[in-house]
Amino acid sequence: MIKKILSSNPLIMLIFSAVVLSAPIWLTPLGANYPDLLQKFAIFGIFAIGYNILFGLTGYLSFGHATFLGIGSYTAVWSFKLLTMNILPAIILAMIVSGVFALVIGYLSLRRSGIYFSILTLAFAQMAYSLAYSVFTPITNGETGLQLSQQDPRVLDAMAGIAVTDGIPSTNLFGTLIKSMDGYFGFYVAAVMLIIAFYISLKIFRSPFGMKLRAIKSNQTRMKYTGFNTRPYLLTAFVISGMYAGLAGGLLASIDPLAGAERMQWTASGEVVLMTILGGVGTLIGPMLGATIIKYFENIFSALNDSELHNIFDFLPAGMQEFMVTVVSPFVGEGWHLTLGLVFMIVVIFLPGGIMQGLNNLFGFIKRLFGLGGSSSSAADTVSKGEAS
Amino acid sequence: MDAILIQILNGLDKGGAYALIALGLTLTFGTLGVVNFAHGALFMMGAFCAVLFNKILTISKKVKDESITFFDAYKETPYLEIWWGDTGTAIIDYSVPLSIFFAIPVMLLVGVIMERGLIKHFYKREHADQILVTFGLAIVIQEIIRHFFGANPIPTPAPEIVSGSAAVGAFFGLNENLVYPWWRLIYLAFSLSIIAAVFAFLKFTTFGMVVRAGMADRETVELLGINVQKRFTVVFGIATVVAGLAGVMYAPILPPDYHMGMDFLVLSFVVVVVGGMGSLGGAVLAGFMLGLLQSFASMNEVKAILPGIDQIIIYLVAVVILLVRPRGLMGREGVFED
Amino acid sequence: MSNILEISGVNKTFGGLHALSDVNLQIEEGETHAIIGPNGAGKSTLLNCCIGRLIPDSGSVTFDGNNMIGMAPHDINHAGMVRIFQTPEIFPDLTLLQNMMIPALAKRDGTFKFNPFKSLVGEKAILEEAHATLADFELDKFHDQLGGSISRGDKRRLELAMGIIQHPKLLLLDEPTAGMARHDTNRTIELLKSERMSNMTKVIIEHDMHVVFSLADRISVLVRGHIITTGTPEEIKNDPKVKEAYLGESEDE
Repeated sequence: MIKKILSSNPLIMLIFSAVVLSAPIWLTPLGANYPDLLQKFAIFGIFAIGYNILFGLTGYLSFGHATFLGIGSYTAVWSFKLLTMNILPAIILAMIVSGVFALVIGYLSLRRSGIYFSILTLAFAQMAYSLAYSVFTPITNGETGLQLSQQDPRVLDAMAGIAVTDGIPSTNLFGTLIKSMDGYFGFYVAAVMLIIAFYISLKIFRSPFGMKLRAIKSNQTRMKYTGFNTRPYLLTAFVISGMYAGLAGGLLASIDPLAGAERMQWTASGEVVLMTILGGVGTLIGPMLGATIIKYFENIFSALNDSELHNIFDFLPAGMQEFMVTVVSPFVGEGWHLTLGLVFMIVVIFLPGGIMQGLNNLFGFIKRLFGLGGSSSSAADTVSKGEAS
Repeated sequence: MDAILIQILNGLDKGGAYALIALGLTLTFGTLGVVNFAHGALFMMGAFCAVLFNKILTISKKVKDESITFFDAYKETPYLEIWWGDTGTAIIDYSVPLSIFFAIPVMLLVGVIMERGLIKHFYKREHADQILVTFGLAIVIQEIIRHFFGANPIPTPAPEIVSGSAAVGAFFGLNENLVYPWWRLIYLAFSLSIIAAVFAFLKFTTFGMVVRAGMADRETVELLGINVQKRFTVVFGIATVVAGLAGVMYAPILPPDYHMGMDFLVLSFVVVVVGGMGSLGGAVLAGFMLGLLQSFASMNEVKAILPGIDQIIIYLVAVVILLVRPRGLMGREGVFED
Repeated sequence: MSNILEISGVNKTFGGLHALSDVNLQIEEGETHAIIGPNGAGKSTLLNCCIGRLIPDSGSVTFDGNNMIGMAPHDINHAGMVRIFQTPEIFPDLTLLQNMMIPALAKRDGTFKFNPFKSLVGEKAILEEAHATLADFELDKFHDQLGGSISRGDKRRLELAMGIIQHPKLLLLDEPTAGMARHDTNRTIELLKSERMSNMTKVIIEHDMHVVFSLADRISVLVRGHIITTGTPEEIKNDPKVKEAYLGESEDE
């Protein structure tokens, strides 16, 4: 049954869209129902889904994808400054410009493979980051970050007769402010983008093109002797994932029209690797899951402090309460990264397939427990490997 | 001419640190076949060994301040001073160089635990997995350090006697007023001697010979019946200690903070790649070369022509070397070419 | 009959070692040509020079009228020369069916095609051909298993099937039965003699004389980088030079 549903694209899309669009409702009990966080889920979901097209399908580990996110943000803010506060041109431009950068960086980096490729992407990312702070200050506004101002030309808006009278204007989509509906409009825009992004990724996964990318990961030498020129395949995957990152960057800027170089730091690139790994490399839904989980716990854990911990452990006797607070406090608040690092290590060591593998094992276990079917291949299995069958 | 001399010294100094970190990194590559993204964190731990040792030496007790007679005043006095008077003060003054003896066992222990507990299990896994797990470990180490020492850089002074500057100008027959910090000169000498020691160890001991043979051709060495695996622990320990020592002595130059490792990690990876993966000589050569290049790129005259070049020169060199000569300056064929 | 592959005057040295010296070899269309010779005679080097893995120091490799030297491996594949490796080179992370679809798609799509919105399930013709070829090689029952999970003998048959599905003009086989049990070896011989493959031009490198004499129309003997003779199995059997070459070598065959 499940297998059948998962092999049908329209059904998957229907379920995915329903889950995403109803997120404000079903995330309420989890305390995650506010636009800021929901937007982050969607945007970093897009980023991770795109990254997975490169890393998950081809196995090429890039440590520089935050560069494209940053470039997307800068492009979008410039579009707000020069053209219009409408986010659609901003997002499209963000994807195009990121795509161009990805084409150049990818073309050079993909001349090498394995760890050399990783280090090339890292070197390009570090260059971009350093340049954003130094030479390109006129474009990036250096450490302050790129911001809007009332005096910006906004050519298209001016032509349409939209004048800014007081303060800095807000981003909109054809007149509807992104901040409207208490901010939920911004979430729905990001959610629709996420659904489109997921659909494209689904199509790629289940296309001959996607299967060839997986074959490159599995045995690149064989691919060459089978008659494929692997480099253009890899470059295409690289550019697509760069454009996904650009889209994510553009959306970030659409919600908060700011762009800073810190988004391009290589630890930020590490974060998207982390999301992808945590959810499940090379699986359809895993990266999205990883992004959501990391952003959710980041939000909860990093906000906790000792007094709140005392509240949480209030039900314990006084001594136990003190003890628990002492034990837990290094892992929350400022120490959230410690938790993240540990979780990450645990996943890489014990569960290289991420949460998806975990779920898969769990399904298998339950099946065996109830003696349902002899085959160990479960639904999640089909999604991750057997797209063609 | 004066400016050039200073830049050469600066470059050699930086190069010394790069070379030391890259040496351990490339040793781990070459023998264990492991890509260690936590290597920068080991450098950082070394620097914090100096900080910690200093803290231990200055554990204090409140003592009545006799110089103030109007009221009872107290001041913090380290136990060492109370027990040994001026000798104690001198020991505290020399805490950084002395912490070398503290750092060696500590780092060795860290290295052995890390190899036995984690790295060992990743010999047979993909490089991507190695990168990822050590990246996670680097974050963990970094956050633990931050938990105990805070986020701010901790100034860790060099001994009083070498806190001044040496008249290098006079020494080289240039401008009399040209000076250079003593500690940086010491660091250069220190890094050179550690490099020499590592090379001597690998060259003149039987253990070193096996390690070098293992770097050249692991399979053959295993066929000879030599248990390479057991020696890996020691090699990893050496790499850890070298990175740690590089960090200890760097503490007076750059006040340690918890993320200094990450900054140096990326740089030292570039150094290793430029030198050639698994080439010890290449790592040293590339370390000094990149240090010098970086120094010269930060001269105002150069920056005037190529703005921002000082920020990116190292990465630029890495990209060019990787694209033109993928094996690096001195790398051998087939090392780490997936 | 015309020659489909012409190797003339090929030299290759590694360091000071002459792996191939002045090798001349003509493969006729439709024949099964075996290359035999002691270990280290340069057999694999010769194959590698044909498919673009190595570039000879001098000499020429002409396939179907076109010069192959300097061509990229994927272009050589599309010219119609397909190699089967000694260690099975398959896609361990793909299912057997997908393993078959990849070479079939290569034949159809060329060296690069960007079709991310096409559905794999919709590739009816490719799927059908993949299933049929798997069936010919008695592998269809494993079609949804991963390539890495099947036995070594099955992997080698899979790779053979992956070569066949591309309908090559020339199939280069590097020791197709090395390391196989007698049973698997016989099965492979049968496959190579089957209707589907018997008329295909093949070059086989092989140690097992049983295999060589069951399959080959002509045999060339390569010793220390030289082709010492070429002839029919009967001629080779009775050639004193061949006997000398084999007896003179160590017993490691």
